Amino acid sequence: MAQLSYRDAVAAGIAQEMRRDERVVLFGEDTAAAGGVFKTTVGLLEEFGPRRVKDTPISELAILGAAMGAAMTGLRPVAEIMFSDFLACCWDYVANEIAKTRYMSDGQITIPLVIRTANGAGSRFGAQHSQSVENWAMAVPGLKVVAPSTPADAKGLLAAAIRDPDPVVFFEHKSLLANKGEVPEGEHVELLGKAKVLRTGADATLIALAAMVPRALKAAEALAAEHGISATVIDVRSLVPLDAQTLLAESARTGRVFTVEENPRLCGWGAEIASVIQEEIFGALKGPIVRITTPHVPLPAADQLEDAVVPTVARIVAEVRRGLDSRRAA
Amino acid sequence: MEAIPKMSVTQKAHPAQRGEATPEATRLRLYQLQVEIRYCEKRAYDLFLQNLVKGTSHLALGQEAVAAGFAAAMNKDDYSFCTYRGHHHTLARGVPMLSVLGELMGRQCGLMKGKGGSMHLTSVEHGVMGSYAIVGAHLPIAAGAAWSAQYRGTKQVACAFFGDGATNIGAFHEALNLAAVWKLPVLFVCENNMYMEYTPISSVTAVKHPAADRAASYGLERQVIDGNDADVVYSAARDAFVKARSGGGPSLIECLTYRHSGHSRADPAKYRPKEELEEWLKRDPVTLYRTRLLAMGIPEAKLAQIESEAMAKLDRATEAAKASPTPAVESAMTDVWADGGNAWRN
Repeated sequence: MAQLSYRDAVAAGIAQEMRRDERVVLFGEDTAAAGGVFKTTVGLLEEFGPRRVKDTPISELAILGAAMGAAMTGLRPVAEIMFSDFLACCWDYVANEIAKTRYMSDGQITIPLVIRTANGAGSRFGAQHSQSVENWAMAVPGLKVVAPSTPADAKGLLAAAIRDPDPVVFFEHKSLLANKGEVPEGEHVELLGKAKVLRTGADATLIALAAMVPRALKAAEALAAEHGISATVIDVRSLVPLDAQTLLAESARTGRVFTVEENPRLCGWGAEIASVIQEEIFGALKGPIVRITTPHVPLPAADQLEDAVVPTVARIVAEVRRGLDSRRAA
Repeated sequence: MEAIPKMSVTQKAHPAQRGEATPEATRLRLYQLQVEIRYCEKRAYDLFLQNLVKGTSHLALGQEAVAAGFAAAMNKDDYSFCTYRGHHHTLARGVPMLSVLGELMGRQCGLMKGKGGSMHLTSVEHGVMGSYAIVGAHLPIAAGAAWSAQYRGTKQVACAFFGDGATNIGAFHEALNLAAVWKLPVLFVCENNMYMEYTPISSVTAVKHPAADRAASYGLERQVIDGNDADVVYSAARDAFVKARSGGGPSLIECLTYRHSGHSRADPAKYRPKEELEEWLKRDPVTLYRTRLLAMGIPEAKLAQIESEAMAKLDRATEAAKASPTPAVESAMTDVWADGGNAWRN
């Protein structure tokens, strides 16, 4: 095991796949010579050269259009959209072209590509550079949606996304980039569509994604240490394909489910998961499923304001306690 | 209003004036393609009137020469990227009429077995890499396919066909810039039929020639050609393919043409001046080419044979499409993913 930062693990995942597969190419704005504005692609131009690692103009339509054209004719492009907010600039490619062409062509065309993008709050960048938009992608049939929370997953899930024959939108969380963690040395590939149970408890099940995973873990520790509440924490890792079976089993075990979502309230990913859980294991639930989300507001820039809206460890603790208390009171 | 294209609007003399002699076999092929497209598009309209073609369709009647000229200049493994007005380009690559009409009619025999419809005709085995119904979306995609060909060293060329309306959308400009910067083997072919949909392109565009007058912005040659003359189109296409294949980068070619019918099946095109339509009908590409072939001494019987064979082929295709079953409803649930399925969860 090596200690790697999340950002270095991203580069390691891409490098691993570029070494084994000549069809893998990487491009985006400031991706090559600068090593990415988030330094997630450092060293790749030097190792693989300008034929395979390319800088593009600020042209999101051209980036995703070119990635699609290359993918449908034999390459395995990894395209970077600098901030996930910018997916709105090229949403036609994400939602209409890349996602639907396989289906519309009756399977004649396959589009094996990865759209990598920096997602999420915590950098005080304001409403157009801080959003968590994995739920946008989740709403479109034909897209796989992955969001790692650890350096090991940043490498292993990215490698799996690159090998996957379908389009994958890969959300790298900005506030996790500096986090360090153990990453297996040598070839490391995870499975898409497998949730991870990070700790188990008897009283509540916390379902989290990306930057909300470490917060849910800290909240679970605080709940145990300070309030005698033992909680299961699950890292969803992949929204599509969704490991519903793990979520259902772990939800049934405690009967109390809390989703921890960075998305604004309406149609956040937790809404779909809550719907699946109540529909399939209603009898095992001991109280309502509680969604802990960012309220339905654009993200503010000032640190105090941003911290006030994105779920924090304190808020997760409070919401879980309130949820469990209200059930007891009833 | 833009005048009827005369040779003066093009930069080059007519191929015949340049002493180019297109081989007779190629000329007959160009005629055959135009006739087949003309007949098939008219049949599509008839089938729509019989309520056998559902949804929408965008006919390319009047624009046959562009499709024939470019298709005849392509290699078999080149890529075509078409728009929702794409029947002509699809047929020109050799896709059977049965597959096209079947798709329009939503039958099992259709190119995509009813899953795409008129606006998304795709036949990878014929190099037709899709028809795209979001205006301009396919230009960057064609650039990507060209990049892939360049990367793989295959000498394939990607060819994106689009209307004048696409020249005002961002994807047009992003694709041209990227293709020029990366020197990609891609052809951008504008079919300027003078109307973006219902609105004259001249009334919403800052320059006279919506595609060609933008070429200089991307360091490309300004090319405006007579899109109703299959010889002119074929000659320009051949030159652009040679350039792309030899590493010379992209070309942008504006073909002046005119659609004989409305934008889509719902549009009677009442917004077009009667005189304008009449003038363009006089320059019908199929009639124009027939007259030229006769003047060159090709016997009328030979042309009549091409026409009757095309009609017989079309009649057979029409009957077979009508007889084809509708797709099994289960197929609506297949091919979301590469494994053939649609599962989003376990």
